[in-house]
Amino acid sequence: MARGQGASLDKKKLMADPVMVTTIVLLITFLSLFILYPLAILLVDSFVGDGGGFSFSVFKRVFQIPTFTTAITNTLKVGFVVGLIATAVGLLFAYVEMYVRINRFASGLFKMVSMLPVVSPPFVLSLSMIMLFGKAGIITRYLLKIYDNSVYGFWGIVIVQSLTFFPVCYMMFKGLLKNIDPSLEEAARDMGASRWKVFTSVTLPLLLPGIGNAFLVTFIESIADFANPMIIGGNYDTLATTIYLQITGAYDKAGAAAMAVVLLCITLAMFAVQKYVLEAKSTATLTGKASRARMLIEDKGVRIPLSTLCTIGAAFVILMYICVPIGALFPTWGFKFFPLTLKWFKLVFTRYHGLKAFKDSFVLSFIAAPITALLSMIISYLVVKRKFRSKGFIEAVSMLAMAVPGTVLGVGYIRGFSGGLFHTGFMQGLYGTGAILVIVFIVRSLPTGTRSGIAALRQIDKSIEESAYDMGAGSLKVFTSVTLPLIKDSFLSGLVTAFVRSITAISAIILLVTPQFLLITVQINEFAEKGSYGLACAFATILIIITYGSVLLMNLFIKHFGTSRQIKED
Amino acid sequence: MEKKSKGVRLEHISKIYRDPKTKKDFYAVKDASITIDPGSFVTLLGPSGCGKTTTLRMIAGFESPDEGNIYLGDEAINELTPNKRDTAMVFQSYALLPHYNIYDNVAYGLKIRKLPKDVIHERVMKILDLVELTGMESRMTNQLSGGQQQRVALARALVIEPSVLLFDEPLSNLDAKLRVQMRTEIRRIQQEVGITAIYVTHDQSEAMAISDKIIIMDKGVVAQMGTPYEIYYNPVNEFVADFIGEANFLRGPMVGTEGEFAILDIDGHRCKVEKHDGMSEGSTYTAVLRPEASSLSDTDGVPCKVILSCFMGSYQNYHVMVGKTLVRLEEYNPKHKRIYKVGDECRLNFDPVSVYVLRT
Repeated sequence: MARGQGASLDKKKLMADPVMVTTIVLLITFLSLFILYPLAILLVDSFVGDGGGFSFSVFKRVFQIPTFTTAITNTLKVGFVVGLIATAVGLLFAYVEMYVRINRFASGLFKMVSMLPVVSPPFVLSLSMIMLFGKAGIITRYLLKIYDNSVYGFWGIVIVQSLTFFPVCYMMFKGLLKNIDPSLEEAARDMGASRWKVFTSVTLPLLLPGIGNAFLVTFIESIADFANPMIIGGNYDTLATTIYLQITGAYDKAGAAAMAVVLLCITLAMFAVQKYVLEAKSTATLTGKASRARMLIEDKGVRIPLSTLCTIGAAFVILMYICVPIGALFPTWGFKFFPLTLKWFKLVFTRYHGLKAFKDSFVLSFIAAPITALLSMIISYLVVKRKFRSKGFIEAVSMLAMAVPGTVLGVGYIRGFSGGLFHTGFMQGLYGTGAILVIVFIVRSLPTGTRSGIAALRQIDKSIEESAYDMGAGSLKVFTSVTLPLIKDSFLSGLVTAFVRSITAISAIILLVTPQFLLITVQINEFAEKGSYGLACAFATILIIITYGSVLLMNLFIKHFGTSRQIKED
Repeated sequence: MEKKSKGVRLEHISKIYRDPKTKKDFYAVKDASITIDPGSFVTLLGPSGCGKTTTLRMIAGFESPDEGNIYLGDEAINELTPNKRDTAMVFQSYALLPHYNIYDNVAYGLKIRKLPKDVIHERVMKILDLVELTGMESRMTNQLSGGQQQRVALARALVIEPSVLLFDEPLSNLDAKLRVQMRTEIRRIQQEVGITAIYVTHDQSEAMAISDKIIIMDKGVVAQMGTPYEIYYNPVNEFVADFIGEANFLRGPMVGTEGEFAILDIDGHRCKVEKHDGMSEGSTYTAVLRPEASSLSDTDGVPCKVILSCFMGSYQNYHVMVGKTLVRLEEYNPKHKRIYKVGDECRLNFDPVSVYVLRT
């Protein structure tokens, strides 16, 4: 059997479509240049590194730096504990929402919690943690009269990261629980199992791969997190912060490259397990759609303790977010709370170039967002609806970006572009410009956008696009007249997500930003480092307003102009 | 329609797929050679997985054949993309564009062809009239019933005046009554327009009702090509006989002749069947007996025993054993006939001309 002719005909048909060919070539170039190349150059640099010629000398050198080896164990410890806590808390929240009758107030709180990961800027939880529980914390010092409480270090990071990442787990479990057919559990109840027994013998085993999945996703997020360990880590260094310091403090770029390779290997390994072992399994066990609505647990003995616990938890998390804007109004952080003042905001805009920071952050993100959204829709369209040979490459590389921690990408860009491509000086002009910042924004948001685009497109019957194609429309026409209108909502929310992610980005950006650009997140980091929490809070508040405002705006927009949703529901 | 419709010719077409589980290649379509005359209505019929849809999609251009050539009229179209082929497809799921109204759905292909607005309007209205949807132009697709959506899909395909119309199981989402109504409608419109139509279905009665010619496919191979009459009365093998209508198979050696008929020995019973040249005494043959072509009586025919007797309204359904061979039969209009009960011993009677002996 020879499949040659079919393949060559497919290729000829593809070549007869210049728009497709150009798009694919451009995409492959973009992905190779800005995702694969920086990672490759890290590998090359850390093996060629100091002496020239292939050797392990750079690795040997960095492994002799004691802070680096402790950073590895620290990172893994934090990641593990955060993974456990966030998964457990996320599961509890999801279970309570899906299985227990809760009141309106509680479900409103739950909804807010689920939105937090979308709008949450970095640092916010760390800042409020310090504000509430630190040495001069409102709760520790003034309510509990503890004067020497330290929030810095292992537990500080763990608590803040758990609070940051558990909503992600909560949303994942919510999706999984929705797909468990209630009749399975009813059958178990019917055969005499108690509620607890049903949970342990039916629900939990069905969720097991999903639990592993959630754990690893959180683990990866925790390892890659830069902002929180930076603010609240104190002397407790993690890999992300160590790499950052290796570049900004020790000016050891080759060493940082080797460290970044180590960090990358850890996240890639976990990503591989998560993607290829657990993700496949968790959907395989839960293919069934719920046949009908689940009977919610009314039993007061179960309902009251669980819903109270979750309500308090949710309220606490939300309180932590509200703390930051309030903190920005205190005259002196930790000592003088009244009268509330706007002086920090004034300072931000008069002395600390707040307007420029706002403008730079806003403009760069505003440029990056539509490009990201369009690019991720194009990638999703190609991946879901078309077949061609390099499709696997495009899909794999855009998903790979998900597993790359921002810090690693940042180091890769420094190594890859500061001396031009392959240190030849070619394209050197790119480094230090706003363009490279925009590109980093795009690369950092592309995987999430692509993921939701793929999910949205899979919902749409393939023959709708085929029919347009059959009627004589070319690829570009099919994409603009059929695909895009059908996933308009997904495109819009991708647009806003990309914008929010860009404007709150820090880990890669902080390594690449040059003095000509003032970014809000970098400013927050700087002032928090210096201990100027009032200013940091003021900047963070501005950021929260921007992100929250754009999400509200999007919802409003989709409500009034989004047609695709109505069509689907009818 | 001003344009002349074209024929379609497939020359030794094969399509190979890879089984995702076993990683082995297999033929989805194997060495199919088909000639479809201009203006005719041809149905590709077969069970699911027989390669009929793959064949249709190769004609449309969505799949590329691994072997062989496809011609539209005299033009080889192997290398053309679907949007450059002069074919139009009606999809199983209708595939209407949900963000357009009916008018815009039908006008879509004409707009792609950049026709002037007034021409588009005229042609859309004319075609909507043909499918009896006048007045529905501004409705959205989700405001239509399944049958109406199907008409829109048909109108959309017809309006671009393709050389060939392709149908991919277009009626399988409709309920039984509507299905019968729509197939008559499709046939009427096809004949009115005089367009070549290739129709894929797994429903044999649909195929019989609608087609000039039926092509039966089995495991990627064309099993038989012919008019519905030929296929029903002269099936080439057991698969075709069994797939089209119901069939009983009487198997046994030829033990003699009687006039122009042959005698087969079916489990010790002598059965008179149709005889064709090339039959020789001593060889074993399979004869096809249709359920409606036989009857039960006390006196004439082969001895048999009733094992199922069931009143179906328009007919009495029997299963009887002739020796070890099961024969299903339908006695129509049973009101004044004797009804046999399970366990009754009686005789199976059939006209030898209606028993067809398979050539294979």
